[in-house]
Amino acid sequence: MQINLSQLKIGQKAIVSDINLDEIPLKLLEMGCLPGNLVELVQIAPFGDPLYFIFNDSHVAIRKETAMQIEVLVENTIL
Amino acid sequence: MSQNIKVALIGNPNTGKTSVFNHLTGMRQQVGNYPGITVEKKVGICKLSSHTKATILDLPGTYSLNASSIDENVVIELLLNRKDPNFPDVAVVVTEVENLKRNLLLFTQIKDLEIPTILVINMSDRMQKKGIDLNIPFLEKKFNTKIALVSSRKNLGIESLKNLIENYKELSIEPCLNASSIDPNYFDKLRKAFPNQLLYKLWLVITQDVNFLNLERNEIANNFTKSKSDLKRLQQQETIKRYQFINDSLKIGQIIDASKATDFRAKADRIITHKIFGYVIFFGILLVIFQSIFDWSSIPMDFIDATFSDFASYTKANLPAGEFTNLLAEGIIPGIGGIVIFVPQIAFLFLFISILEESGYMSRVVFLMDKIMRKYGLSGKSVVPLISGTACAIPAIMSARNIENWKERLITILVTPFTTCSARLPVYAIIIALIIPNKKIFGFFSLQGLTLMLLYLLGFLMAIVAAVILNKVLKFKTKSYFVVEMPSYKVPLLKNVAINVLEKTKAFLFGAGKIILAISVILWFLGSHGPNKQFNNAQEIVTNQITADKKVVSEEEIPLLVSEYKLEHSYIGYIGKSIEPVLRPLGYDWKISIAVVTSFAAREVFVATLATIYSVGNSEDETTIKSKMAAEIKPDGTKVFGFATGISLLLFYAFAMQCVSTLAIVKKETNSWKWPIIQLVFMSGFAYIVALLAYQFLK
Repeated sequence: MQINLSQLKIGQKAIVSDINLDEIPLKLLEMGCLPGNLVELVQIAPFGDPLYFIFNDSHVAIRKETAMQIEVLVENTIL
Repeated sequence: MSQNIKVALIGNPNTGKTSVFNHLTGMRQQVGNYPGITVEKKVGICKLSSHTKATILDLPGTYSLNASSIDENVVIELLLNRKDPNFPDVAVVVTEVENLKRNLLLFTQIKDLEIPTILVINMSDRMQKKGIDLNIPFLEKKFNTKIALVSSRKNLGIESLKNLIENYKELSIEPCLNASSIDPNYFDKLRKAFPNQLLYKLWLVITQDVNFLNLERNEIANNFTKSKSDLKRLQQQETIKRYQFINDSLKIGQIIDASKATDFRAKADRIITHKIFGYVIFFGILLVIFQSIFDWSSIPMDFIDATFSDFASYTKANLPAGEFTNLLAEGIIPGIGGIVIFVPQIAFLFLFISILEESGYMSRVVFLMDKIMRKYGLSGKSVVPLISGTACAIPAIMSARNIENWKERLITILVTPFTTCSARLPVYAIIIALIIPNKKIFGFFSLQGLTLMLLYLLGFLMAIVAAVILNKVLKFKTKSYFVVEMPSYKVPLLKNVAINVLEKTKAFLFGAGKIILAISVILWFLGSHGPNKQFNNAQEIVTNQITADKKVVSEEEIPLLVSEYKLEHSYIGYIGKSIEPVLRPLGYDWKISIAVVTSFAAREVFVATLATIYSVGNSEDETTIKSKMAAEIKPDGTKVFGFATGISLLLFYAFAMQCVSTLAIVKKETNSWKWPIIQLVFMSGFAYIVALLAYQFLK
């Protein structure tokens, strides 16, 4: 199932499938947010934003608007 | 013959790079700035053997060679310019064992620049606990490098690192992967056009704005430009390529025992960044910080205050009377005392701030506060400047640098000076002591402490209000990128914290000390000399006046009246009286007016100025500055520092832009005089109006 990154639930894991490069800072790619990598949502900040992910072992927080530019594949069974 | 090896320490933030630097250099380090910019430059010396030493440059932390801030830019400009006098003989890339994968990205980029490179894997003491095992010979071969396993916490592996540095000539300069395979055609053409240049260097010059001296930038730009998104696509492919290589290498070189690999960080963060507990913890920490500043530091402060006034009277009593003794006892010693008294508070503040940063907690605060701060046009990252602003606005404004969005960064820079910096403290402390009764309410809340707390809150509140206004007024269209690493939690290293606190306190003491010393000397001179014979014949004039008026005056009062008269007719008296009309409506007499004007350079000068003025013109029974101020009375018999004047002063200092150094740093950081001037006019104008209203209402 393909959704965007901001739609993950806390503790849910997915695989990054597509990135809107024009809206994503290079720094995030360098942190390990790349197609094919595993991503997990660790925490949502109070009031729903920003979001705290683990990309390829890197612990990173980004804003929701950025997360919405990243498509992920979720396996239907929650890992 | 002695040899000096130039070493550059490079690494991601939060890898313990600075601890490695501290271990290598001990206290033999110097902190300065790179020419023209305010990026901190740390250099230290490390003795390797009897005839070899290394000069170690601690470069700003960077995630990659694609710069996104001026700090990171420093790293690239140095590494691309072989003619730079600081260009390293050997690069030491610091990584940490828990984030090896990501840290290695930068390493592979540095290797592409064909500089001899040593790989440091730090925090090796955590390997066992985390179930990580490394095949060092395999990794050394794969990365074409030498590896030093280091634990800066346990002080392990530093000797072998020194050894590798000394033998840097044996290191291979071969890159460890071929990044140009992402677009062979393009890179082939590039190679043919510039056969003498390193391919990766060309690529870096094309993809970002580096001032690269030896290359015709235009030439490359014209022939090899691609569209922005094409370039970014290539950069993405390059990053993927590098990670593939790193993953492949680590698959064999790093074995992780999955049963021990519990993610403590993520678990802890579920609590520490929780929507309720998160705030409880954060405000608890803030409470401890303010408690230490308001309460604990008053013990050493009282001691310092008493010591300096004792020292001044001792000097006066024991040195031969004369101009020089007066200068010492009335100008220099009280002036210096007025600044040394801040040291405990400054040290406490920097202590807490560096513990929060070192432990990794600060990133969690950024995460917790981002959404709230964004409402006011700020970023979660603005919390760091706003908290550090309680120590000093200068480092605080510099720390705004890692806010990616220009508008958010500019607003942060403009509003940070509203937070109550430590230079305001002595002004607040002394005035509060004079106008607020020393009582407790409900048995334990000190009324004076509460007033101080209110002033801190007022500072934050004003910063937020100003941010809201600026957010409405400033029309910028900027993309908002926000990427914050959540580093692993670490117990702060005593040595790092101690060095940091020492450096910052020293910088404050000497920086402000110089200004205060100069101003004290000038003030003392202006206060003890006069332009006309009224000053020189004060004794005679006052005695005649008394006889003429047939006033009954006791013997002891005469010298007092004489010195009052002298002060009024000294240079400073005339200057003060000419300023007075402007500040009169705020409730300030000419002496306070002088203090307000001299403290334009730096707020803390206020107390020092009053100390100097009152020691020149007052009796010697009152020793501390506070008691001197309390003893000042107006001609009508009421106190000079009454409630209305006191409140007016507190508000004036809360809002006015009384700090030349802050204006200078804002100019540097925003690259224009426009912003500091706006800041000055807005803040000081507002302060004047508020102080005026307060005085007129309360008097």
